[in-house]
Amino acid sequence: MSTQPRIWDMPGGIHPPQNKAQSTARGLERIPLPKRLILPLLQHIGRRAEPIVQVGERVLKGQLLASSHGQYSCPLHAPTSGTIVAIEDAPYPHASGLTEPAIILDSDGEDRRIELQPVADYRSLDPVDVLDLIQAAGISGLGGAGFPTATKLLSRPDHRISTLIINAAECEPYITSDDMTIRHYPARIVSGIEVLMHILKPDQVLVGIEDNKPEAIAAMRAAAQDTTIQIIAIPTKYPSGGEKQLIQILTGKEVPSGGLPADISVLCQNIGTCLAIHEAILLGRPMINRIVTLTGAALQRPTNVIAPIGTPIHELLAFAGLQPERLHRLVLGGPMMGFTVDSAAPIIKTSNCLLAATREELPPPPPALPCIRCGLCAEACPVELLPQQLHWFAMGKDYAQLQRHDLFDCIECGACAYVCPSSIPLVQYFRAGKAEMRAIEQQHSRAEHSRQRFEHRQERLQREAEQREQERQARAEKAARAKAAREAQAARAQLAEPPTAAPDLARIQSRKVSTLSAEQKQLKVAAATARMALQRVQKQLATNPDNTDMQKQLPELEQAFAEAQQAFEQATTQEAR
Amino acid sequence: MAVSPPISSPHALGSNRTRNIMLQVLLATLPGVLLLTWFFGWGTLINILLAGSFAIAIESAILRLRQRPVAFYLNDGSALVTAWLLALALPPYAPWWLVLVASGFAMVFGKHLYGGLGQNPFNPAMLGYAMVLVSFPVEMTSWPVWRGIEQLQPALTPTLGLIDGLQRVFAPASLPTDGWTSATALDLLKNNSALTLDELRAAQPAFGSMAGRAWEWISLAWLAGGLFLLYRRVYTWHAPVGMLAALAVMSLLFWNGSGSASNGSPLFHLLGGATMLGAFFIVTDPVSGATSARGRLVFGAGVGILVYVIRVWGNYPDAVAFAVLLMNLCAPTIDYYTTPRTYGHSKPKRGLGKVDQP
Amino acid sequence: MAIILTAVLVLLLLALVFGAVLGYAAVRFRVEGDPIVEQINALLPQTQCGQCGHPGCKPYAEAIANGEPINKCPPGGEATIQALANLLDVEPLPLDGEHGEEKPPTVAYIREAECIGCTKCIQACPVDAILGAARQMHTVIVDECTGCDLCVEPCPVDCIDMLPLPVTTQNWRWNAPQPLAGSFGSQRGVA
Repeated sequence: MSTQPRIWDMPGGIHPPQNKAQSTARGLERIPLPKRLILPLLQHIGRRAEPIVQVGERVLKGQLLASSHGQYSCPLHAPTSGTIVAIEDAPYPHASGLTEPAIILDSDGEDRRIELQPVADYRSLDPVDVLDLIQAAGISGLGGAGFPTATKLLSRPDHRISTLIINAAECEPYITSDDMTIRHYPARIVSGIEVLMHILKPDQVLVGIEDNKPEAIAAMRAAAQDTTIQIIAIPTKYPSGGEKQLIQILTGKEVPSGGLPADISVLCQNIGTCLAIHEAILLGRPMINRIVTLTGAALQRPTNVIAPIGTPIHELLAFAGLQPERLHRLVLGGPMMGFTVDSAAPIIKTSNCLLAATREELPPPPPALPCIRCGLCAEACPVELLPQQLHWFAMGKDYAQLQRHDLFDCIECGACAYVCPSSIPLVQYFRAGKAEMRAIEQQHSRAEHSRQRFEHRQERLQREAEQREQERQARAEKAARAKAAREAQAARAQLAEPPTAAPDLARIQSRKVSTLSAEQKQLKVAAATARMALQRVQKQLATNPDNTDMQKQLPELEQAFAEAQQAFEQATTQEAR
Repeated sequence: MAVSPPISSPHALGSNRTRNIMLQVLLATLPGVLLLTWFFGWGTLINILLAGSFAIAIESAILRLRQRPVAFYLNDGSALVTAWLLALALPPYAPWWLVLVASGFAMVFGKHLYGGLGQNPFNPAMLGYAMVLVSFPVEMTSWPVWRGIEQLQPALTPTLGLIDGLQRVFAPASLPTDGWTSATALDLLKNNSALTLDELRAAQPAFGSMAGRAWEWISLAWLAGGLFLLYRRVYTWHAPVGMLAALAVMSLLFWNGSGSASNGSPLFHLLGGATMLGAFFIVTDPVSGATSARGRLVFGAGVGILVYVIRVWGNYPDAVAFAVLLMNLCAPTIDYYTTPRTYGHSKPKRGLGKVDQP
Repeated sequence: MAIILTAVLVLLLLALVFGAVLGYAAVRFRVEGDPIVEQINALLPQTQCGQCGHPGCKPYAEAIANGEPINKCPPGGEATIQALANLLDVEPLPLDGEHGEEKPPTVAYIREAECIGCTKCIQACPVDAILGAARQMHTVIVDECTGCDLCVEPCPVDCIDMLPLPVTTQNWRWNAPQPLAGSFGSQRGVA
């Protein structure tokens, strides 16, 4: 295919030095099996996987270690055979440097795998079943964010996908993992894309590759020759590999703000994900390896490796010949959007590049000067924001204005900060601003929630109080009525036969007045308890007359009650005398 | 676990620095400065030297007063650029105190009272210029005559020697006050009510072939410097093109022929006075101008229209300073109405309309 | 005399007409705003902690509407005072130290081994965020807890701790760059 369909331009963008040649010279290497793997339960966007293995358990390569937990989750498999030594908080590749729960696996060096269950004839399967296989293989996007792939494919079930876009732009400097993936496995990638086509049935499939990767373009074109897949070379410009930007370049359409590509019938998948899908379906292998670029001037032999997920970063660096004294900044990802990591952390499913940079390569940022509103940032911004204005409002914490200037459409690509002549850390301002706004939003919804709970509680308490009040009144009324009735009766009785009730009344009154001694009280309580027990058994016998236990108990209880009552009466009559 | 604060991406930074931008602006003025010096003698260079030293001295003093790191901020070169542009706008051989007042006003009232670099709503150079223009009109309208006029009008002698020049700047009383200045072409056209343009051109050597002898060449030199800056992407084309186009359209609409009531041809307005200096070195000031590309176009057009209005119907023969200051006032409003459309939004958010409170 | 009378009459007439128009407009185009108490209440943090001396946020909102100072809410802190000052168009005041100090948000944790199941904390909780029954161990629903402190006092065995929310990779966030000492610029990376 020599003629290329039309492509569009994206606004803004920058041309930083490529630095890609260093890591492509050595092909694709395999690293020696690491002794210990750290497998965080969170390797994707969403919820942590739930471990289903116990500490001390022996597992085989490819065995399921943790199952997905809800829809936005992804299962985790053992990258090699060995023993689970711990499930605990472990170093994690994250900008914060905080830890995350992880399964620690000590390899036994045998690399024995479970039996694979490849599906050669996936076309006979229902797409939903193929999706289940993808989900079960633990595939999440290999490009950057790490969205669980099956979830992404289903993101808008009611929208038909007309254009499937395969992202192989790899626009960030230094990173070559997609490039090397394509060069080595073009046929497998095409096969993976065909699996996706089987699931989505798109009208067209576009593979976007930046034109600084001629080998990859040629390899893909050769592999896709007999298919409808179109390989499109796009101009090299950062950040053309951003999902929204690539969609704009290849289709001329824009993903609506706050929406998903599926809203405009487009779906985007990373090229590495396609390889993983091929391996999952046609080879039956779950996602336990990935291709990582090891680069930077602090490495003696920058290269690309196939590494088991969970390999600690220091082992990868050692493999590539790290010169620790030259290492100045260790970045996971590219120099534009990556983040600094500690070398104790492992690589996870989203880790595409390790950049071990020297001081000359990534010098410490110079102190920022005041913004002179030169506008270079606005020229570089691929989403046509006004970073200089956003910076201004972010410094002043003017959240209403940040909202008005669409801060949440910022993709944090870093083009603005790259071109800034005052070296203002714009992206950090924007990240902090977004985080702060989200926190405020959350605080508001929490406060609203608390208010509702408080008000409901108040209502409930009031209702209860009212109910008690009503009951009290009802009781009081009843008592009053009873008293009135009694008085009326007494009056009538008095009229009829005046004094006969008097001795009784006197007796009752005298009884009431007489106070019981402590001993008597005790006896009275004992008698009451015995009566209660007796009544309970009698009641139960009434409903269930065949209960022999109870029948046996009954005479005993009767006697106990009689004794207690007698003792009490004795005591009272004694005193009365 | 002790966590050192992470460094935010991007880790790679471009090589562009504020200082480079400032130096490139200075470099771009060189053709104009050379021509000014050729036509008017050492006056412009003396202006630059004086204004530059005053500005740097004042900036250092204020930075110290405000307890800011002096060397760090002087290093960005912004004070020098302000003073430099101001010096180019002032007439050559302006008395030293005039330069001091202008650059002092520019630095103190134009820049630091608002918080220093990047915070000023007005173009500091133009603020200083406008201040001395309204305060000292005589000195400010004393434009020296140019090299070569003595052959046309023997009564006039251009000041070309360095000693003469220094005397004019520091001890003007020691020299004859007549014969070294003359009205500019803009002045002459403004005050003309009897002669047709052809007659005017014949009578007054100040009119060159297009827009005033010496002036037209100097304008072309500014244009060349501006094109260099455009090529170097120091700024975008929007503001200069907006200003020049608006001025051209205005002068085309109100040309009024070439009789005695003529307001001057478009070419006359484009190449006369400070149009080109303004278009490529003044309205392009990013701090006090509008923000977005579209906004800068509008901003430039506003300046162009105001320049014409003031030149033709106002009281001043040239008007770049006032036009720029007036448009500086409008810049925030322009920003509100020219916000670009963000990716993924069907239409831009424009206008002052209701902003949701956070 | 007649002129004066005419003028007075005309003016009176005008006043009547305009008054009628204004009155009509006031009724016809009435802006249905939230009553001020609701607006104030919406700005309060709804911790229901009572540190202001009122039994909950709503009563304090009512008190503010009746002229009580706006600086008695420690959980809301400066931000709330500022927001209230904006809403009511009054000068923001510094937080009144008598009612407590602004602290980072906390959540109640019950040391479950020590809990005797007395239900006193359940009765104290203004948002029903504590679960449990008599003689049963109690526990706090972390997502519902406002960190109001009110359950700590009634606990007879002192088994409730107010702890700050732990920072995890999920809720960690970037801090804004700090301005360079004494300048309007800023320093990258210093959080």
